[in-house]
Amino acid sequence: MKKFLGICLTLCLLLSALTIPALAEEVTEISFWTWRPEDTAFYDAVIADFEAANPDIKVVQNAIKNTEYNTILSAALAAGDGAPDVFMSRAYGGLQTFADSGYMLALDELMPELADFSDSARGGATSITDGKIYGVPAVSQTMLCFYNTKIYEELGLSVPTTWDAFLANLEACKAAGYEALANGTKEGWCCEFLFGGVGPSFYGGNDFYDKVITGETTFMDPVFVDSVQKIKDLAPYMPDMFEGVAYTDMQANFINEISAHFVGGSYEAGYFSAENPDLSYDVFAVPGLTADDPAYVSVYADMNFSISATTKKQDAALRFIKYLATPEFGERIVSELAMVSAIPGVDVSANPFIAKVLELQENATPYIFLVGFRYEQPTGSSLFQSAAQDLMVDKASAEETCQVVQDGIAAYYEPFQK
Amino acid sequence: MTKARNWKKAAWVTFFVLPGAAIVFVFILMPLFMSLFNSFFSWNQLIRGEFIGLENFKKLFTGYPYQERFANALGNNVKWFVVTMLVQNTLGILFGYVLSRGIAGHGTYRRIFFIPVLFSIIAVGFLWGLYLKPKGMVNSLLSLMGRQDLTRAWLGDGSIATYTIIAVNIWRWVGFPTLVFMSAIDNVPAECTEAAYLDGVNEWQMFFRIVLPLIVPSITIISVLTIIGSLNVFEQVYTMAGLDGPPNYATDTIGTLFYRTAFGSVDSGAPEIGIGSAIAVIIYLMTFGISLCSILFTKSKEVEL
Repeated sequence: MKKFLGICLTLCLLLSALTIPALAEEVTEISFWTWRPEDTAFYDAVIADFEAANPDIKVVQNAIKNTEYNTILSAALAAGDGAPDVFMSRAYGGLQTFADSGYMLALDELMPELADFSDSARGGATSITDGKIYGVPAVSQTMLCFYNTKIYEELGLSVPTTWDAFLANLEACKAAGYEALANGTKEGWCCEFLFGGVGPSFYGGNDFYDKVITGETTFMDPVFVDSVQKIKDLAPYMPDMFEGVAYTDMQANFINEISAHFVGGSYEAGYFSAENPDLSYDVFAVPGLTADDPAYVSVYADMNFSISATTKKQDAALRFIKYLATPEFGERIVSELAMVSAIPGVDVSANPFIAKVLELQENATPYIFLVGFRYEQPTGSSLFQSAAQDLMVDKASAEETCQVVQDGIAAYYEPFQK
Repeated sequence: MTKARNWKKAAWVTFFVLPGAAIVFVFILMPLFMSLFNSFFSWNQLIRGEFIGLENFKKLFTGYPYQERFANALGNNVKWFVVTMLVQNTLGILFGYVLSRGIAGHGTYRRIFFIPVLFSIIAVGFLWGLYLKPKGMVNSLLSLMGRQDLTRAWLGDGSIATYTIIAVNIWRWVGFPTLVFMSAIDNVPAECTEAAYLDGVNEWQMFFRIVLPLIVPSITIISVLTIIGSLNVFEQVYTMAGLDGPPNYATDTIGTLFYRTAFGSVDSGAPEIGIGSAIAVIIYLMTFGISLCSILFTKSKEVEL
C-alpha cells in the first residue's frame, strides 16, 4: 500500500511539474532602445506600469548615448541579431534614413489611431518616399526665448512685443551687469536654433516656408536675408567671445542666473528646472518689427517610437507602442519630462510651462532647415550652421550666408533648379 | 623523427600566432577590404545598391560639396603634420638631447615629460576644452598676468582653432619622441663621442655631425608615426571642437570628415556610406604610400657604424 501511495505521489509531482509551466502565461520579452540615458528612470517607471497592465510582456530598456545612438542602432538593424524590437527614432531626414533602408515597420494600418495625431506631428514620422508613417510621434519642440523673471522684476522690464523693445531689454540687462543673451556659436547647431527662435517673425513664418518649399521664392529673398541679419544684430548682447561659447556654457550661464535670456528649444525647461529648482523663468516668442506682426515660433516633431521591421515579436511590440500613444503616457511626458507631448487629447494643466508653449504655438511655423531641407546632402542645416558661424564673427555678410545656403540646396533641390 | 618535430614546432607556432592573426584579420584587414568593397557600390541610405565602380571616388574628388570639404580637411591634416613635425619633434630631439646629457634632475624631468603621454586622449581633449573656454583657465591666467590683449576664443576662432588643438596634442605627446630620441642618443657609442671630444668638437658639432646621423633610424620611426598620426587625427578634434569641424570646417580633418560622411551627424546630416568608404580607402592609401616613401627616404640617410 505504502509503495502504491509513493508511486501515486511521485506521479502527481511529475504531472504538476509538467503542467504548471504550461498553464503559466508565457512571457514575451521585447527590447526597447532609447537615446535618453538621462530619462532611464522615467522609462523604467513607464515600463513598470505597462508590464503591470500587460503581465505577458516584459520590456527591457537599453539607453544609448545620443551622439552614438544612430551608429549603434544602424549597425544592430543591419546585422539583424541584437536589433531592438522597439526603438526611439529620429524625425524627418533622420527617420528617412531608417525607413528607406527598410528597417522600420509601417504603422498606418496597424495603428489607425495615428490618424488622430496632428499633421505636423505625423510629418516628422512620415517617409517622403512612400508617404507611410513609421513611428508614433512622441514630442514636439518649440524654439523660443527663455528669460529670467527675477532679473526682469529687478530691472522693471516687461515682455517685449516689438524687436526694438526686445533689444532695449537686452541693453538694460547688459547695462545692469548681466550677460544679456546666453547664446554662443561654438557649435554650428546653436546658430541654427538661434535663427529658429529669431528668424521666422522676420521672414514671415508659414508664408515664406510654403513659398520656399515650392520654389516660388528662394533663400535669397530679401525678407529671408533680413531675418538672417537679425541674428547678427544680437551679437553685441551675446557673451564676450561668444564664438567660443559652447552649448553647455550657455545652459550653465542661464541656469546660474548669469544670463538673462536664452534663445533655444522648449526641451531645455526640464533641464533648467532640474539643475536649479530656484530658477524663475518664463518664455516668449521673439517679436517682429511691430507689435502687430505675428511673433512666430519654429516647431518640429522631435522623437518617434518605431518597430523594427524584422522583429519576431510584432504583437508585443505593437502593444507596447500603442501604450506609448496613449494620453496617459503623454501626460507623464508633460508632467515628468516637461516636454510637449505630440499625443492628442493630453491634459497639459499639470505643467503651466507647457500650457504657455502651446499658447505660443498658435503662431507655429516649421523649423525651416530641419523640417524642409534635411533629406539630402548637403542639408540645409549643415549649410546654414557653418555659414552662420562666419556671419556671426563678421567673416561673411547675411547675403553671403544666404547665398551659401541657396547654392548648396539648389545643387539637388529640384524646385530651385527650374 | 625530425619531420615529426618540425610538425610539432609548426603546430605550436600556429597555436601562438593564430589568435593575433585572427584579431588582425577581423579588426584590421576585414574592415579595410569591406571599406574598399563598399566604396564600389551606390547606397540607398543604409542599404547597399548596385556596383558603380569608381563613381564614389569621382564624386569625392570632383563633386559638390565633397571636393571642397575633402580639400579643406586634407589641408588641415597637412597643417597637423607640418606643425607637429616642426614643433613637437624638434622639441622632442631637444629635450631628448638635454636629458641624455644628464642635467641635474633629469630623472624627474624625464617622468614629467612622459606623464601626459599616459593620459587618455579623450580626457586630455575634454579637460583642455574646459581650460580653453573664453572664461577658462588659459584666458584667466593671461588676464591675471595683465595680458588681456592675448585672450582669445581659442577653439571658436577659425584662424587659430586648429593650431590650438595641435598645441594641446603636442603637450600631450611630446614626451614620446623625447623618450625615443633620448634612448637613441644614449645608445650612440661612447667611443664615438669620446673620440669626437678628443678631436675638439664643440656641442653643436657633436650634435649635428655625430649624434644626429646616428639617430636617423629613430627619426624615421618618429616621422612615420607623425605621418600616420596626422592623417588619422580624429579624437582631438572630436572632443575639443566637434564632429562638424567647427567653426565653419576650420578644424575639420579627413578623420572627422570620414566619420561624418559615413555615419552621419545627428545635428546636420544623414550617412553616405559609399562616399565615406571611399574616404576611408583614400586615408589608408595615403597613410601607406606616404609612410613607405618616408621610410625609403630616411633609410638612405642612415649611417652604418
